[in-house]
This record gives sequence, C-alpha cells and structure tokens, in this order.
Amino acid sequence: MSLTAVDIKKIAHLARLKMPEADIEQYLPQLQNILEIVEKMNQIDTSHIEPVANALDLSQRLREDKVTETNQRDEFQKIAPSVESGLYLVPKVIDGE
Amino acid sequence: MSYKTIASIANDLATKKVSSVEITKYYLERIKKFDKDLNSFITVNEDAALSSAKAADALIASGKAHPLTGVPIAQKDIFCTKGIKTSCGSKMLDNFVSPYNASTIDNYNAAGVVMLGKTNMDEFAMGSSNETSFYGPCKNPWDTQTVPGGSSGGSSAAVAADLAPAATGTDTGGSIRQPAAFTGICGLKPTYGRVSRYGMIAFASSLDQGGIFARSAKDTAMLLNVMAGFDEKDSTSVNVEVPDYTANLNDSLKGKKIGLPKEFFNQHLDNSMAAAIQDAIKEFEKLGASVHEISLPHSDLSVPAYYVIAPAECSSNLARFDGVRYGHRCENPKDLVDLYERSRAEGFGEEVKRRIMVGTYALSAGYYDAYYLKAQKVRGLIRDDYKKAFEDVDIIMGPTTPSTAFKIGEKAADPISMYLSDIYTISVNLAGLPGISIPAGFVNNMPIGLQMISPYFKESLLLNFAHQYQTATDWHTKTPEGF
Repeated sequence: MSLTAVDIKKIAHLARLKMPEADIEQYLPQLQNILEIVEKMNQIDTSHIEPVANALDLSQRLREDKVTETNQRDEFQKIAPSVESGLYLVPKVIDGE
Repeated sequence: MSYKTIASIANDLATKKVSSVEITKYYLERIKKFDKDLNSFITVNEDAALSSAKAADALIASGKAHPLTGVPIAQKDIFCTKGIKTSCGSKMLDNFVSPYNASTIDNYNAAGVVMLGKTNMDEFAMGSSNETSFYGPCKNPWDTQTVPGGSSGGSSAAVAADLAPAATGTDTGGSIRQPAAFTGICGLKPTYGRVSRYGMIAFASSLDQGGIFARSAKDTAMLLNVMAGFDEKDSTSVNVEVPDYTANLNDSLKGKKIGLPKEFFNQHLDNSMAAAIQDAIKEFEKLGASVHEISLPHSDLSVPAYYVIAPAECSSNLARFDGVRYGHRCENPKDLVDLYERSRAEGFGEEVKRRIMVGTYALSAGYYDAYYLKAQKVRGLIRDDYKKAFEDVDIIMGPTTPSTAFKIGEKAADPISMYLSDIYTISVNLAGLPGISIPAGFVNNMPIGLQMISPYFKESLLLNFAHQYQTATDWHTKTPEGF
C-alpha cells in the first residue's frame, strides 16, 4: 500500500488537522514507514481467528438508567474558551440570510 | 545519596519520628534544588502539598490514619486533579484545570497520601523518551545526556533522583516498565482493569493501565493496595477481590517455574544486556525456582499490531479535543472547520499528529478490515501464546528493553527506531497481562531492567518474585551520583 500527498491531505482533513503543504512532504514518508511495519501482519493467515477487543474477553458492563450526575454546567464552563449565557460559542455555522 | 522508602516513611510517620509536613518539605526542597536541571515535574503546587500534609498530620494525631497517611508521592500529569493543572504534556491542555479528580487521585486522597506535584511525560503518553513533551525533555539522573524513557519519564526520573519516594505512571505499550528499566527503579503495570482509568486521560483505551514507580517491591505493594480496586465509573474496571499485596512477599520461590521466551533473546537484544539478564535469572535458580525455555511464536507481530490498535484508538479518543469546551483554541477562526483544524494543528505536537493520522487512516472507509480488524485478530494470537505458555510455567521473564537508555535526540528523528525500544513490553499490553520491571544490574554504568510477566491478577506473584530477588541482591538500592 503506497500513500500519496493526496491521501495525506485527505487523512489530515478527516482528522481535522490543518496541514500546510510543507508538512505533507514530511508526514508522507513517515506514515509510509509506519504502514510498512504494520503490513508485516499480512504474513499470517488470520481468517479463522476471532478479533480481540478486550484481552480478558469481558464485555462492557450495563447499569440501570439512573441519573447519577448532578448539573455542573457553571463548573465545566469555567474552563471553556468562549461561553455566553450557559452556551458554548463557536463561529456561525448557518448563514442567517 | 541515601534515599527513603515508602515503608520507612510510613513507619517514621506512625511512630511520630517525623511529621508529614516535615517529610513533604524535605522533598519540595529537593525538587527545588535538583529539578531545574532534570525537568521531571510540570507542576509543583507547594501550598496544596503542605495543606494536605497538615491535614494528614492531624489525622495521624487523631489515631484514624491509613498506613500511608502523610506519605508524599508524585502523580503523572495524565491523572486529572481538581483545581490543579492537568496538561498531559500537551500545549492542547496547557490551560486545562480539571473540574474533577481521577479515581486514582481520589483513592490516594482517601488514604491521606500527599501529592508533591505532577510529573513530566511524553505528550498524551505517546513516546518512549519523554522528548515529545510540550514542556521539554526530562533527563535521566544516571546520565543527563540520556532520556529517562517514556512516556512516564518524569515519574521515573523523579523517583530515581529521590525527588519523590514513589510516583504513579501509566503504561499503554511499556510506558511504566521501560522508564523504570532506564532509571534503575521498579515499575509495575497491573492487569488491564485492575486500576481505574476514570479521569486518566485516554490514549488507547483497550491498552492503557495505571501503575506505580517505586524503589522496592514492598513499596510497590503498599501503593498498589491503595490504587487497585473496582470502580463503577470505569466501564472496563474488573470486579475481582483486591488482596493485601504485601501478604505474599516472603513466600518461598522453591519449585516455581520460570519461562524464558526464546523470542525475547533475539537479534534485537544487546549482548551485554543478554548476559546481565541471564545473571539475574541465575539468582532465581539459587532461590529455588527452575528455568524453562518457552516460545511466544507471534511476538514479532506485536509491534505491527500495536501500531494499528494504539493509533486507531488514539485518533478516536483525541477527537474530543476540538477547541470548543476546553483546551487550546486558535485565534479568530473563520468557520467551524477552521476552528477545529487550526486548534488541533496548533495544540498537538508532531508525534501525536502522526499517530492520529495513522489511526484515522486505519479506521477510514475501506481500510478497517485490513488494519484494525486484522490487528485485533493478531492480538488474539499474541494473547493465546501467553495463555498457552502459562499452562506450563508460573511466571515469564526477560529483558524489559533491548538496550540501556539512549541519548536525548538519538531517536527523535526516526519514529520507527523509537517504537522498537518497546518490543519486549508491547505484547503484555496487547494481552492485558500484569508486568513489572525491576533493577537487575548495569551495562556501561547504566541501569537495566528485568521484566517479569504473570497470569491475570497475579500481581502478588510478581511482587513476591521481585521482593525475593531484592532480598538476595542490592541492585534496587543503587542510586545515581550528584543528587
């Protein structure tokens, strides 16, 4: 599998990372090298192997749907970059026209 | 340098030979004196440390103290601490003061353990040298030209230089065991699910596990008694009984079977390292254990599987850092995508971005089966190799790292060579097993670590082996000069 500059641009956008052209040249060979290492996995046939997400084969616990958290909005918003009247502010998403 | 152990400090506090305020001040002074050069702490909050030391002294006076009340330790800056900055070694969280405590912090607080400060680390725990930290590299007290290992490099350096008698760390692919080996101290990574991950900033959730750096097996056991346990707030926490980890330290090793995986003594291992590890293993034979060659046939696939699973989970976990609710936000974003893309590009360092991109690629449409699913299948093979090995032996041993600590800057430009410094530790995380690194000698005046791996939830056995070795040898008492 060989990557191109177009792939890096696409990956960076999917990951929401601003990527100047100069950086693309730097990341391309590095990602390529990592994928080469990773592709050693293809040496073995795993078609009959079950994938393991939790090494202890445990699944996520379920709990009763009870309210356990208290409202701490003010506390949480104290560390936000920009808030107003209890709302998080971001640039305008939809034009008002 | 003469150092203090957790056991000796606890004893001095209980017998009122020293107060918590006095011992806390002692370490704060040492940090002031030596840490400008080492850079092992990101945040030291003297006022908070001294006020909890005062509270601890009052508790001791009232006769209601826990055995560790008043003992000061350092916390890795990955554990959220209410009211005190938690940076995770990143510019992204340079301004982040958590509104809540990690469960590990709550557990130590409940025992009256005093926090000296928050230790330096690779950014978001991604690195093996502490060089990816936004706060600059931390140095190895054995040779300040070399790295202390990573990602928990600040914790290992602080304990090795006796700026703290013990510290917490986290281990996703070796981030406790490798720095412990590089700095000549003990580092324990418990079984996945043994220690709560709640409030421990996530890197790769199926691999991350909190643990301990300390001088001795006994100190490690005393701290694990506080740190281990079921936590409803962590959905992968495992509800099994927490034994007293100090109870079996003195058990005999007679008749115990040690497995040496032939794959751990391969071409990657430095010859003088191999000889030193064999010497360490001979000590266990003297103690009555027997040694058997075993095989973990899929070992060479652990680095490939890890560098899919860890980046994939990291790309998902780090998606939460969006410049909206907390953390770094870029100036004057022109629209929402610009806000996300610039905040993240400015807030994350090179290694973190590299891993996010690898993970994003591995999880993207059309590649999921070829990478992530394949890696999870390989993970199953690696786990089953260990399961099979433990049918014949009680414990598995080998080197923690292929070499001693490398020079600062030596591997920084070559991510792959950095990744390979974790070849012996990564498979343990993939299998979810507990592992410990203990000091086992020196090669060219730099410490080396012996890694021991046990079946699930047998941390007591690891600590028993470690304690018996430390009763017969004195490598763990060696300290670097100049501190």
